[in-house]
Amino acid sequence: MSGLATSARVVGALGARSIRQTFRRPQLMSPIIVFPTLLLAIQTGGAGAGVNLPGFPPVQSFLQFMLAGSMMQAMMLAGNSGGIAFAVDIEMGFTDRLFAAPIPRFAIVLGRLAGTAALGLLAALWFLAIGLVFGAHIEGGIPGALLAIALITASALAVGGIGAAIALRTGSASVVQGLFPLVLVVLFLSSAFFPQELMVEPAKTIAEYNPFSFIVEGVREPIISGIEAEQTLEAVASIAGIILLGLGLSASALRHRLRVG
Amino acid sequence: MEAVADTAAAPSWRANLATVLALMARAKNELIRVPGAAIPGVLAPTIFFLGLNGVFGALTQLRGFDTDSYVSFIAPVSMLQGAGFTGAAAGVNLARDYEQGWVDRLLVSPAPRWVLLTGNVLAASARSFVPASFVLAIAFALGAHWPGLDGLVLCFLMVAATAAVGACWGSMLALHYKSQAAAPLMQAGTMALVLLTPAYAPLALLQPWLEAVARVNPVSHVVEAARQGFVGGVTWADTWPGLLALTGLLVVLGALALREMRRTNV
Repeated sequence: MSGLATSARVVGALGARSIRQTFRRPQLMSPIIVFPTLLLAIQTGGAGAGVNLPGFPPVQSFLQFMLAGSMMQAMMLAGNSGGIAFAVDIEMGFTDRLFAAPIPRFAIVLGRLAGTAALGLLAALWFLAIGLVFGAHIEGGIPGALLAIALITASALAVGGIGAAIALRTGSASVVQGLFPLVLVVLFLSSAFFPQELMVEPAKTIAEYNPFSFIVEGVREPIISGIEAEQTLEAVASIAGIILLGLGLSASALRHRLRVG
Repeated sequence: MEAVADTAAAPSWRANLATVLALMARAKNELIRVPGAAIPGVLAPTIFFLGLNGVFGALTQLRGFDTDSYVSFIAPVSMLQGAGFTGAAAGVNLARDYEQGWVDRLLVSPAPRWVLLTGNVLAASARSFVPASFVLAIAFALGAHWPGLDGLVLCFLMVAATAAVGACWGSMLALHYKSQAAAPLMQAGTMALVLLTPAYAPLALLQPWLEAVARVNPVSHVVEAARQGFVGGVTWADTWPGLLALTGLLVVLGALALREMRRTNV
């Protein structure tokens, strides 16, 4: 069997393991599905009248507007949960056994990222299903839905890379878990939950330059109006930037871990 | 000999009080010795407070909003949310204590079950002042209205009682599942209880389904009672429903938690 096929099998096996691990532990599953769904319900019901504010973009409903934000939240928490699970593997010595196995080291990280991306995919499907069940239209149709799913899946891979890098660098689940509030900060300082033009300073200005605002707008546009090339390209560029950052940090952290043991 | 047997069967109220105070002191020591453990409980409501204010601050422009200051409107909600998280954390800590065998040692002591539960619940009430004070300080820095001394005392009373309700809920789940894996259920429960209310906007501006839920959720009265000093004046008419709701929740959830504690065998 060729080296590439072996690596692909390792990535597949480790990815499947990380998905099973998440489903078996409610502590890991809950942030991905339960909390974002609860917040989606509460924010849609509580701030839904916001669509009547002057300057709010034309939308069918606040639920339709919020779907992209909830997908982003679930995707980012999937990345964080993936990092926690990876750090637990390091703490328990499982990763050391993988390092000693005759498999490429990058496949160990990619396996974890494949699992995180799959959870991102699951989150995107979950929230699209919720939106459709509760009457939200996907204005971009099936291509729009597929684009939103693809962007969220790729974003999960990107954010998972940063989570994996921190797990490899620190080897501590509690440190990675401590980043959980940071996820909320990044989301609140983006246009995930409300139009950037209607946010209050300084959140408004920060949201304007936050790369996650570009991603969320790229995911939102196919849902609320249709596929727009500009928003899509900006989202893809932001995701690519985060992937490169995550891979760079992961590679450096992996070298560090192999050096210090 | 009979007197000794009686004492063993039913400790005096002084002994019970000493046990409650010892359990509260243990929780305080935990806070002092591991201050980092308190950070998530303080950070989460603070982030929510700052985030919600930044994101939904423009909602006050809607007709029907009681105030033009969203900071004042949302600050008491975040304080109650912090109390809910603190109560849930008391449940998580109890589950941890069970997993580590500490609860077994408490259960074989002569202390009645209700005393053990009371110690855990009152400790959570006391701890809830930490995140509430932190959020309030930030709210004042951002220009929240001064609620008056009566409004402030009432708000902190609501915070302490909400933490006690959250601790009863968390303790019930901790003793039922006997595992920290139930933590998300504890946290989600208190979060839903506090936020399925007129937390983000007045009742009239909520979506119909949430308005219907908020009208039957007893914690809505707690939110209104805690908020009244910040967005208007304190009145008895807006206070007693909150006190009644918390008393009812404490009785029901306290009884359920006590039932789980009595069912817990060593």
